Parts: sequence; C-alpha cells; structure tokens
Amino acid sequence: MSLVTATVKRDLLLAARNPGEWLNPLMFFLMVAALFPLAVDPDPKFLSKIAGGVIWVAALLATLLSLDALYKSDVEDGSLEQWLASGESLYVLALGKALVHWLSSGLPLTLMSPLLGLMMALPDEAFPALLLSLGVGTPVLSLLGAVGAALTAGVRSGGLLLSLLILPLYIPVLIFAASAVYHAGIGMSYNGQIGFLGAMLALSACLTPFASAAALKLNLSR
Amino acid sequence: MWQWLVRLYHRLGSPKWFYEITGRWIPWLTVTASVGVVVGLVLGLLYAPADYQQGNSFRIIYIHVPAALVAQSAFIMMAVAGAVFLIWRMKMAAWVARSIAPIGASFCLIALLTGAIWGKPTWGTWWVWDARLTSMLLLLFLYFGVMALQRAIESDDASHKAGAILSLVGVINIPIIKYSVEWWNTLHQPATLTLTEKPSMHPDMLVPLLIMILTTYIFFALLVILRTRNEVLRHERKRSWVRELLES
Amino acid sequence: MFQNLDVHVSNGKLLQLAGPNGAGKTTLLRLLAGLNRDYDGDLHWQGEDLHKVYADYARQRLYLGHLAAIKRALTPIENLRWLMSPWMTSETDTPVLEDDLWEALEQVNLAGYEETSCQQLSAGQQRRVGLARLAIVPTPLWILDEPFTALDVAGVRWLEEQIQRQVARNGAVVITSHHALQNIPTLERLELGVLAGLEE
Repeated sequence: MSLVTATVKRDLLLAARNPGEWLNPLMFFLMVAALFPLAVDPDPKFLSKIAGGVIWVAALLATLLSLDALYKSDVEDGSLEQWLASGESLYVLALGKALVHWLSSGLPLTLMSPLLGLMMALPDEAFPALLLSLGVGTPVLSLLGAVGAALTAGVRSGGLLLSLLILPLYIPVLIFAASAVYHAGIGMSYNGQIGFLGAMLALSACLTPFASAAALKLNLSR
Repeated sequence: MWQWLVRLYHRLGSPKWFYEITGRWIPWLTVTASVGVVVGLVLGLLYAPADYQQGNSFRIIYIHVPAALVAQSAFIMMAVAGAVFLIWRMKMAAWVARSIAPIGASFCLIALLTGAIWGKPTWGTWWVWDARLTSMLLLLFLYFGVMALQRAIESDDASHKAGAILSLVGVINIPIIKYSVEWWNTLHQPATLTLTEKPSMHPDMLVPLLIMILTTYIFFALLVILRTRNEVLRHERKRSWVRELLES
Repeated sequence: MFQNLDVHVSNGKLLQLAGPNGAGKTTLLRLLAGLNRDYDGDLHWQGEDLHKVYADYARQRLYLGHLAAIKRALTPIENLRWLMSPWMTSETDTPVLEDDLWEALEQVNLAGYEETSCQQLSAGQQRRVGLARLAIVPTPLWILDEPFTALDVAGVRWLEEQIQRQVARNGAVVITSHHALQNIPTLERLELGVLAGLEE
C-alpha cells in the first residue's frame, strides 16, 4: 500500500509543479465550448438546447488531451519498472493513478463547468445536473482512459491512437450525461441517467484496473 | 473423453496441425459457401414476396442482416481468442484473433453500406442515426481501434496482448454501448421502420434469410482460416515443415 | 536467448554478468530480479519458487535498473522518499526514517542539494540520487544494472566501497557492468554470448 500512497502524493506534487499539465486542458475545455456559438449561432434559445451536449463533448476532448501523459513519463524514466520490482499490486496502482488523473483533470473540469454553463445559456434548472453528471461521469472517463493510456504508453504519437481507442467506450457516458443535463433543463427528472452513470462508475472502478494492470506489464519488456 | 479433450487442446495449439487440417476443409467450405450464396440470393431476390410496406428495397436484408450478425459475433470471437491467448499463451489463438479483426471490420462496413443503401429509398437520405446503424458504426470504430493498436506496437507478443486486452474491454462495453444507443434513439425518434419485423416474417422471406446467415458464417470461417494460415506460415517460416511445404 | 543456464547466487557472493552488447546481460538480470516472466525453467529464492514469494523477495532485494526512476521536477529528497516508500512503512520491523534519507544523500555527495530541483542537477548527480538507496536499507540482495554509468571518479570509488561492504556483511550482489571490479575475492564472472551457457 505504501508505494501507492507515495505515488499518489508524488503525482499530485508533480501536478502542482507543472501547472500547465492541468491548466492547459482546462483552457482547452473553455475554448472548445466557445467554438460552437462562434461556428453556429449565439442565440441563447439555440445554445440552451445544445449546452449540455457541447459542454460534455468539450469535457471529453479535454480529458483525452490530458490522458496521454498519464503513464508516459513513468515508462520512460523507469518508475514503472520500480513499481513492478516492488511487488506491490498494479491493480491498486492503476486505481491510484486514475484517482490522481481525476483530481487534476475531471475535478477541475467539473468545478469550472458552471462558467461554461453561463456561456452556453444553460437553463438554471440544469446547473445541478451539469455538476452531478460531470462529478460522477468524469471519474469514469479517467478510469476508462487510464486503460487506453496504459495500452499506448510505449507508442510514439500514442495520443491520437489513445483517443481513437477510448472514444467509442466513452459514448455511453456521453449519451446519459448529456441527456441528464438536457432533461433537467426542460424540467424533467434525470435520476435514471445519473443512476446509470453511477453504475458505470462502479463497474469501471472494479474492472478497468485489471485491464490497466495487464496493459502496464506490456510496457516493461524493453 | 478427458484425454481426448487434452489432446484436442494440444492439437489446437499446434500451428502445423491447424495448417494441415484446415487445408482439408477449404474445398468443402468453398463449395458450401458458393452454393449457399447462390441459393440464398436466388430465393431471396427472386422468389421471396415483396414487403407490403417497403416493396422491393427490403431485399437488402439478405446481405445486411447476415453481415451485421457476423460483424457482431466476430468481435466476440476475437475477444474470446484474445482471452485464450492471454490465459493459456496459445499462439494460434493470437493469430486467429489478429486475422478476425480486419475480416470482422469488413463485414461491419458491408453492414453499414447496405444499411445506407436501404436507407435511401426508405428515408430519402444516405445516412440516418437509427439505433442499429449507430451501434454498427461504433462497432466499426472499436474494430479500427483494435487494428490500429496492434499495428502501432512493434513487439509481436506485446501487440497481440494489447489487442487482446482492448478486445476484452471492448466486448464488455458492447452491450453497454448498444443499450445506451437504443435508449438514446428512443428519445429522439419514435417508432422507426425496421428492417426485420421479427415475429411476423413470412416463411418465404425467412428461409432465404436463414440460408444467407448460415452461408455468411461459413464464408466468414473460410476467410478467417485463409488469413490465419498466412499468419501461421509467416510466423513459422523458419520451421522445417514450412520449408518442406514451400519447396514442394 | 539462453539455454541450459544454471546460476547460483549465495551469501557473500558477487556475480558479474559479462559479455558483448546484446548477449542478454540485462535480460538475465531482469529475470533474476523477477521482472521478466518469460522463461522456461525454475527460479528459486531461498528454496521457494521466486514468483510465489514475490512480495517477500521484493522486500529483500534492491533493484537498480538501467533507468534511474528519477522525476526531474522533484528534488532529490522527494525522489528518494518515493523510491524508499516500500521500506518506510510501519509494516517492517525497522522502517526507514526520514533522517536515513538525508544521511544517504550526504553520503553520495549531494549534501546541500537535497532540496534543489533535479532539473538543475547533472546527469551524474541525478544517478547518485538513485544510488543513495544502497546506503539506506541493508537488503540481502542487490541487483544492479550498469550502476557505474555517468559516475565521476569519486562516485565510482564510493560505489565500489558500497559493493565491498555489502559482500562483507554477507549480502549478495548481481551486477552487469563494463567496469572492472577489484578487491573482491568472491567475485565470479558469468560470460554470456558464449556458445552454450556455462556454469560459473
């Protein structure tokens, strides 16, 4: 357990020392959302209908940006090798890494989302749904994305490949999360959608670390 | 019985045995598939009655439905083969999995294209976001993902393992994706015109369909066998039995 | 890569893996360290199958790989804290303490640099952060991959002393290195890349 906690602490420290790593995706998030009114129609009536979807798509893309670096440096500088040498569980490490990723990516995105809601004329009733869907959904993105990051850690320009691999897996989260925000905006219940997101979170928290652990081992035989 | 299973397990893992026995199957498979295609298509295109709602355009199901079924089950087969490779380190399983990917993806593409061809006379557009087509599109992306990942990793062993891991992750997600897309579809489109009304299909329409489905699976098996034989030759080219084979 | 290889490493022994590049020194080293499971045969630690007692084995074996596992954005003391974290828990009888880390950094001549970002240190200094581990926990087995890389004369001398001390207190060392080690009577060389792997 000790190496896991040490790794979580170390990675958080690294994130604090390299603010660009988590600030840049946040700015990207903001900019992508801003593209839609510019490209299509800034009329609030139009924007409010697509706000939930656009914000979620922007969140997906911003998350994909930050996933690429998750394991790359660990593979390159030998940290992963030391991890395997320590005998501690790669499953728990994968969970820890996904947690750190969420803390430096999903959580800031969630906290910044109300700002985007304002920009996109999101109906007032939809703001809680936005926060809830992002709060429950972004950990799923981190967990699933971590599998992709582990699979592509040793591949050059793996970032694009990572996106191709993970996007289909993100679709269910996108569908239900965007729907939750939309339904909240028109005054309908969205409990089912959030429930689904919760189920996906439970499922991915239990299963994805197995895949991540197996994928990480592939990067060690060099 | 148990010993026969053990022997079968060892045989399955032997590339040489695989090559030899599939060599004997190929002519049979080819004949059956050819006959099946002719019979199925003749019955389906010429003899089955026209659908009262869709007229003659429904006949595309004789290609679309088998292709879609094969595309979906092929992904599952690929994942199972990948799992066998991960658990039992059977190289044959890895080569079979690798061969299935492009073939399954092609069937997926055929299903999409035939779906679009069906959509034009029915809905007036080449593409429509109905649940089945959208799921098929996402399945195609999953296939592409597995293929791209395998080709991006240089080490043979690591590339097979990575493909297997991704296929397994994909296969678990496929039901989730399908359910999500169906649910999403109900939000945005009420009753849609479907290609097959399952309980009320006239036997004259159903029989050619079943023939085509069976035939397509046989055709798929044939393609996978041919492709896997190539993988076997490529990987075992330094072995004596391959050398003898190539010299003769 | 190898065939019919039979290796014994016992207390107080220093085993040096030698041979031309590509002969498989690092592969064998990583196999012994338990990092590589791709082999036919048996690997035993203290009588038991190594991979069955891997957690135990990992505690008693220090593996210094080719890569330093140093994060350049962190300071030496922060890096060392992470590297030593498995030994710093209260689960062991004698947990490593923070003071031990500072002392070790002093030993490798990084006194005064403990809290300087590794970015600003030279390659040799960065390697010494990893090597500081040798001065902290007396694990019975050391497995070192090219540890003399990027070391200056003082560093080389320090490392030789550490190895001698490890052997003297009945520990074992397996090492790959082009460096000629002296003054160690129990040194044995295993030449790889020679036809048919040999016993020492």
